Amino acid sequence: MAAIELTGVHKRFGAVQAVRGIDLWVEPGEVVAFLGPNGAGKTTTIDMVLGLSEPTSGKVSVYGMAPKDAVRRGLVSAVMQTGGLLKDLTVAETIAYTAHLFPRSRPPTEVMARAGITEISGRLVGKCSGGEQQRLRFAMALLPDPLLLLLDEPTQGMDVEGRRSFWAAIRHDADAGRTIVFATHYLEEADAYADRVVLVRRGEIVADGTASEVKALASGRTVRATLADPDEAALRSIPGVDRVEVRGSSVVVHCADSDTVARYLLTETAAKDLEVAALGLEDAFVALTGDDSRLSPVADPGSGR
Amino acid sequence: MSSPAPSLRVPPAAIDPQSRPVPPLGGFTAAVVAIEIRRVLRNRRTVIFTIVVPVLFFLLFGLNSSYATNRVGEGNESAFIMISMALYGAVLATASGGAMVSVERLLGWSRQLRITPLTPPAYIAIKMVTSLVLGLGAVLAVYAVGLLTHKPTMPAAIWVETGAALWIGSLLFSAFGLFVGYLLPSENVMQLIGFSLMLFSFGGGLFIPLSQFSHPLRVLATYTPLYGLNQLVHYPLVQGAFDWTWAANLLAWLVIFTAGAIWRFRKDTARV
Repeated sequence: MAAIELTGVHKRFGAVQAVRGIDLWVEPGEVVAFLGPNGAGKTTTIDMVLGLSEPTSGKVSVYGMAPKDAVRRGLVSAVMQTGGLLKDLTVAETIAYTAHLFPRSRPPTEVMARAGITEISGRLVGKCSGGEQQRLRFAMALLPDPLLLLLDEPTQGMDVEGRRSFWAAIRHDADAGRTIVFATHYLEEADAYADRVVLVRRGEIVADGTASEVKALASGRTVRATLADPDEAALRSIPGVDRVEVRGSSVVVHCADSDTVARYLLTETAAKDLEVAALGLEDAFVALTGDDSRLSPVADPGSGR
Repeated sequence: MSSPAPSLRVPPAAIDPQSRPVPPLGGFTAAVVAIEIRRVLRNRRTVIFTIVVPVLFFLLFGLNSSYATNRVGEGNESAFIMISMALYGAVLATASGGAMVSVERLLGWSRQLRITPLTPPAYIAIKMVTSLVLGLGAVLAVYAVGLLTHKPTMPAAIWVETGAALWIGSLLFSAFGLFVGYLLPSENVMQLIGFSLMLFSFGGGLFIPLSQFSHPLRVLATYTPLYGLNQLVHYPLVQGAFDWTWAANLLAWLVIFTAGAIWRFRKDTARV
């Protein structure tokens, strides 16, 4: 049984098509990063997995049941971007309040220790920093001992130290075998903490693989040269070449090994004005997810296109 | 930053998701109500307006020797005013409790609660019970001060009957608070509630006997939301002819407030 199963999910808000056909299967125990720029549809998708909104079309199921049922059974919980807290309760009272809503919950002292908020348990929520409030939300999410934990941009607005301790707590928790899906637009976060990265762009999945696969997809170099009528088949046959694009009188080759491509172009063809450019991770991410993608079809998005 | 170490991970336990229980009563528990009560009592302004002010009003208006001992039905004028002030405190408590729902929605807390098993009816029930406890505090405080001053007189049974009637009857204003809160969601909704209840209290005859109003105003007053409830809770004391328009007034406003709250609630959730 899948922890999350999305089938042909679309979500429209009036004229805005926020999610346009997402198919996703998350196995129990996976740690998945939902990576994409703001407005890519990450939060909309997470809201549907939590049953906070209904898809316009398509099907969402969590551990084989409707999201709302999974929430009611405490199978799924979340640290949301928008979830508010009551400023006039203390940290410990907020935890106790939430704990009593579930028929079974982990002991409050345990979740506070795991989220690293034991020392501030007596503090009023209104007096906690953003990072402390976020760790409080994490502690609340741990109470039902969920099989699936969703984190929506969990480190938004945190300083470096807050971010580090937050992720240390999450990572520790993931080691216990919980399924974790987190949305982020920080490539380093996805790289460092996820087993699998799902890249979303404008409501669609554009790449899906292990962090290193997506990195490989996004790394590499481009070799550009002025060359009339290049032999595309020959270029493609060079080991390490991903893609060949012909743009007017120039050719652009995306490859892992730029030296071989450059040597071929300069020795076997009439190519001139040769340029080799490295694509940084951040550039690659922008290229993969940006609105005017410089790289045309980058990966098999699985399905749903 | 460390890289993921999948090898360290424990395979997920084979748990039958269906075996996880759903809470009884939609998540309503006495423990949560207890936390809510502690929270309300921590808010000094709420305690002053719902408990201290009605007591002060009773001390100001209920002990005046020129009329306090005048006979009214089974008791005296002081007892009549004590009942009015207790009702004022109780409805302030329930209306504020209802309006808290929209304030918490505004803060995003309701959204947080939506990823717990708590159902919206159970959430509203928690708010109602909490405000009933606060309202009980107001009733007990006003009645206790009344007892201590020895001014209000009426048979013991009528103390209990009127106190219970106005306490339960104040629930009508939970619906009012919910409706107003959903209509004008803002953190200032409490001021609006306080002001409306002040007006309703005049209209209902809680502060000034309606007999002192001019005729057109008096007729108008019988249509205001606290009129029916106020007449009904005084009935055990005043006795005499029972007027069915009191009950009609109460029912009509209950329907209006409840329908309004449901209408706004639907609109509100449809938008999200």
